[in-house]
Amino acid sequence: MGVENVFFGIIAAAMALGALGVVRTKNIVHAALYLVVVLAGGAAQFILLGQEFVAWVQVLVYIGAVIVLFLFGIMLTRAPMHPKESLDNDLKWPGAVVSLFLAGVLGGLLVKTYHATKVNVVAPIRTNQITNSIFTTYIIPFEVVGVLLLGALIGAVVLARRD
Amino acid sequence: MLLNQFLLLGAFLFCTGIYGVLTRKHTVLVLMSIELMLAAVNINLVAFGAFHNDPTGQVFALFVLTIAAAEVGIGLAIVLLIYRNLHSADLDDVDVMKG
Repeated sequence: MGVENVFFGIIAAAMALGALGVVRTKNIVHAALYLVVVLAGGAAQFILLGQEFVAWVQVLVYIGAVIVLFLFGIMLTRAPMHPKESLDNDLKWPGAVVSLFLAGVLGGLLVKTYHATKVNVVAPIRTNQITNSIFTTYIIPFEVVGVLLLGALIGAVVLARRD
Repeated sequence: MLLNQFLLLGAFLFCTGIYGVLTRKHTVLVLMSIELMLAAVNINLVAFGAFHNDPTGQVFALFVLTIAAAEVGIGLAIVLLIYRNLHSADLDDVDVMKG
């Protein structure tokens, strides 16, 4: 048990509890805050794996922008803070069966395939390696994703505009 | 560190997200569960990137992040339209096309 495994365990437990909070809490704003715990834990795991750039992008984009967008969505739809009726539909048991079945299949496959594979983080991957990769090998997907983002944001403005 | 611990964490988050998508009634909560699933995929990509000591995993995680941001923007605009037209953001109320 190395010290990184201890950190992994603590962060993973926090992420698992946060994920269960997102799908089980009765207060919508609390769900958004639990999502912050999960995403911040994800960023911490990325740093543990020596992948710093995507960790900080996750903090900036997800926690900084997407969560704020969610909170705006909650406010604009006047979601009840203390709802009288349940936030869940009546598919609770079928949903649990489906997700447990998938968890069993995925878990079994992963344990069977990668039971002894180790990750050795020798050195963190530097940002210049990532930018070199983006702007040489993956330049076409990068441009496509940029155009997609532009289209999505213009579409969002057009959809949400009151006319 | 074992590779499996990250992959199993990702699998757990993904299954939790599926449960949320299937059982939540409020549209914003369904979108949050989808974000949970995308975060799980990102953990897998980054774990394999670290395993191969290659920046490609991070590059694709960045693409997934971008798509997630676009999806949330469009999704919340659609939720806003639903709320404006039906005065409710519950998915159970969106049954105009139900046969």
